[in-house]
Amino acid sequence: MPNCLECDANIVLDQKVEIGEIVDCQDCGTEYEVRSIDPQQIDYAPKEEEDWGE
Amino acid sequence: MRLGILCSIVRTEEKLIFEAFRGLGVKFDRIDDRGLILDLNNGNHPWDIVLERAVNHSRALHTLKILNDRGITTVNSWNVANTCGDKVLTSNALVTHNVPTPRTLIAYTPESALEAIDQLGYPVVLKPAVGSWGRLIARVNDRYAAEALLEHKQRLGSYHHSIFYIQEYVPKGNRDIRAFVVGEETICAIYRHSEHWITNTARGAHATNCPVTDELHSICLAASQAVGGGVLAVDVFESPKGLLVNEVNYTMEFRNSISVTGIPIHERIAAYTLGVGEAKATATL
Repeated sequence: MPNCLECDANIVLDQKVEIGEIVDCQDCGTEYEVRSIDPQQIDYAPKEEEDWGE
Repeated sequence: MRLGILCSIVRTEEKLIFEAFRGLGVKFDRIDDRGLILDLNNGNHPWDIVLERAVNHSRALHTLKILNDRGITTVNSWNVANTCGDKVLTSNALVTHNVPTPRTLIAYTPESALEAIDQLGYPVVLKPAVGSWGRLIARVNDRYAAEALLEHKQRLGSYHHSIFYIQEYVPKGNRDIRAFVVGEETICAIYRHSEHWITNTARGAHATNCPVTDELHSICLAASQAVGGGVLAVDVFESPKGLLVNEVNYTMEFRNSISVTGIPIHERIAAYTLGVGEAKATATL
């Protein structure tokens, strides 16, 4: 189980988590991107860019 | 049929769409644009159809063009993405197809923009031609604010911000409508409520169900057809002059709309995409 890089809280990933999924630290709200599922690895989510949207 | 889904980060919407395809027993390739290499001379693109769900407009736009030019069907097409991704082109398409929309003026210099704003009358809304989630849109209430804002955009913005998109301010109350069009059907709609004049859910507006009336469906279908059709979210104002189409979005977000409408939007997108792919396969037999 990965830990938050800011507050060290455990980040519990859903069983159906996807690689690339954006997840939040439930303690401090920092956003992460799931980089690997086995083993579970996360990194900071990419920052919003000017052309992001829908 | 080989299906690809173009995306990078996986938002709630992409996760739901993945689940919808898996629920139908359909395998797909995830195409992460961050690792994608498009060889224009020797491209090997194995997909029959690609569903575009990229968060970056510029990457989506270029990828769709390259795929479409090589005979790969995409949902949505490059033409649709190009039109919807640029508010100038969207408004132009709506006006030329006689879809009711707020009055919009385009100008290229701060001086001509100021003159255009004076023509429309205050307040007006200034928007970047390319942008989403309500970023950098501004309600301009008077000439002093207009002068300052135009100078800021000219001096601090990229060249995109020197294309001045100036729209009449529509008094729409505390809500607008977002309607979801899939193919020729308006599958559902929400009201987006906010005390703020910007009613994007990305900016904190809350959603409730909006009944799809014949009038709403008619204007949404017309807007969809004006930009080329496909899977689209149409933003509509309830103005004193009647319904007006504000924008059309081509990689729509819908996480807040499933529970309030009861419509599994992700499943409808998946079914539509497969239908488009099957129609193409039939046509090429």
